[in-house]
Amino acid sequence: MAESPTREELGAYVDETAKRVGLPIAPEHRPGVIQFTGVLLASAALVMEFPLPDDVEPAPVFRP
Amino acid sequence: MSPAMPRADYVASDGLGLAAAVRAGRVSARAVTDAALAQIAARGPAVNAFTTVLAEQARADADRVDAAIAAGRDAGPLAGLPFAVKDLFDVAGITTLAGSKINRERPPAARDAAAVAALRRAGAVLLGALNMDEYAYGFTTENSHYGPVRNPHDPTRVAGGSSGGSGAAVGAGLVPLTLGSDTNGSVRVPASLCGVFGLKPTYGRVSRAGSTLFAGSFDHVGALGRSVRDVTAALDLMQGPDPEDPVCSTRPAEPCLPLLGDGVDGLRIAILDGHFARGGEPEAFAAVGQVAAALGVSRRVTIPEAHRARAAAMVITASEGANAHLADLKRRPQDFDPLTRDRFLAGALVPAAVYVQAQRFRAWYRAAVADLFGTVDVLLAPTTPCPAPRIGQDRIVLDGVEVLIRPNLGVYTQPLSFIGLPVLSVPVTRPGALPLGVQLVGAPFREAHVLRVGALLEAKGVVAAAVSA
Repeated sequence: MAESPTREELGAYVDETAKRVGLPIAPEHRPGVIQFTGVLLASAALVMEFPLPDDVEPAPVFRP
Repeated sequence: MSPAMPRADYVASDGLGLAAAVRAGRVSARAVTDAALAQIAARGPAVNAFTTVLAEQARADADRVDAAIAAGRDAGPLAGLPFAVKDLFDVAGITTLAGSKINRERPPAARDAAAVAALRRAGAVLLGALNMDEYAYGFTTENSHYGPVRNPHDPTRVAGGSSGGSGAAVGAGLVPLTLGSDTNGSVRVPASLCGVFGLKPTYGRVSRAGSTLFAGSFDHVGALGRSVRDVTAALDLMQGPDPEDPVCSTRPAEPCLPLLGDGVDGLRIAILDGHFARGGEPEAFAAVGQVAAALGVSRRVTIPEAHRARAAAMVITASEGANAHLADLKRRPQDFDPLTRDRFLAGALVPAAVYVQAQRFRAWYRAAVADLFGTVDVLLAPTTPCPAPRIGQDRIVLDGVEVLIRPNLGVYTQPLSFIGLPVLSVPVTRPGALPLGVQLVGAPFREAHVLRVGALLEAKGVVAAAVSA
């Protein structure tokens, strides 16, 4: 999904992923969810395209 | 029974000024509290800042302060200081709404949040709970359940968010000090748009125990107030380790109030360039210029990849926020505010690979910014790209590009809270114009640096709270 997806592709992504996580999306909410998914996936593309060194760990630290 | 406090005297003073008058016996805490309640009754409905006013409890607390003073006991550094808190801090005896309809079904909180308790122990009098964006997901506080918070300086405009009630309550002179929370800018944006001081301490500096989290990776407790010393006093009382908040730092408290008069000699200050110098209205950059000129600063530095930091902040916020409410999103999405619901639903669909990569990028970015702080102590940046937009306004033209206004209010705040830097938003003096803030940004756990700069600017009259009482 790194290339700008079409609205149809976003709709298909929303429908499929929502099904996988067991999240019903009412028809009246679907256009808004598709719009914000587009915004989020555009942000995601900016994150994913950045070349990170292998030794960078995620920021949160768990202390047992 | 001391005489009533004139409204003009009440709204003219900052919080510590009121506390000093109470401690010195010039006015009773009860008279200050009654003045606060009168101001809330007179001016409150126009700004819609409060969701709950605790009149009876406040009067009882004030009477206890007065009794302590009458008995010769120390009533605390904030004796009789009226304050109010964003409605996501637990307050014993009332239900924490977090701006939602859903949480109305929850029982009242059993005890005060740690930050609330710290201020009450110091003698401050809690006046009530403040309106906010639902579950803190927004920058405008156009809350569909409780109504929009209106800007004290123009009721057709927003107060900012998500701590909109916290900004408007100070800007309308209802109370001189409020607590808010800041995940992506939710203390600093309303501080900028309402013309008040807003302090977001370092991530982990202040305990979040007893507050409703939004996105735990970025959630901070902060303060909004009439003066630099007001928000500093609040910080000093709230900061320090707390085992009840797993991200609260074990670093000992470092009081800042005694350092406010130290000036800025020896501090290396620079203007943030790049991301922080584009995408805003000229007056936002002019406000930064006013502050820089007063400090004699012309050096410019750049934080690398700040736009990407903002993108990563959005991904992490949406993912964590959606997960926090997943059960309700599945069961009763119709009960969410339409302004937050679709964003929460979309946040539940972010792939794990993206979330983890964003958290790794956060570590990379933290290291890059730490390098920059080897050569500079305080950074200057606009708080918001524009003054308060109109309630209901969707779009704005910034730098010649039409953009959605609501997410863009955080364009300069998100890349800084992303790595938990301490920031003070200062209200730049702009007679006749709507308020605008400038961010003073410090290295982690260097709140004292930004507060010293803020105090100097305040003493010079370059920044001052704009109160429309």
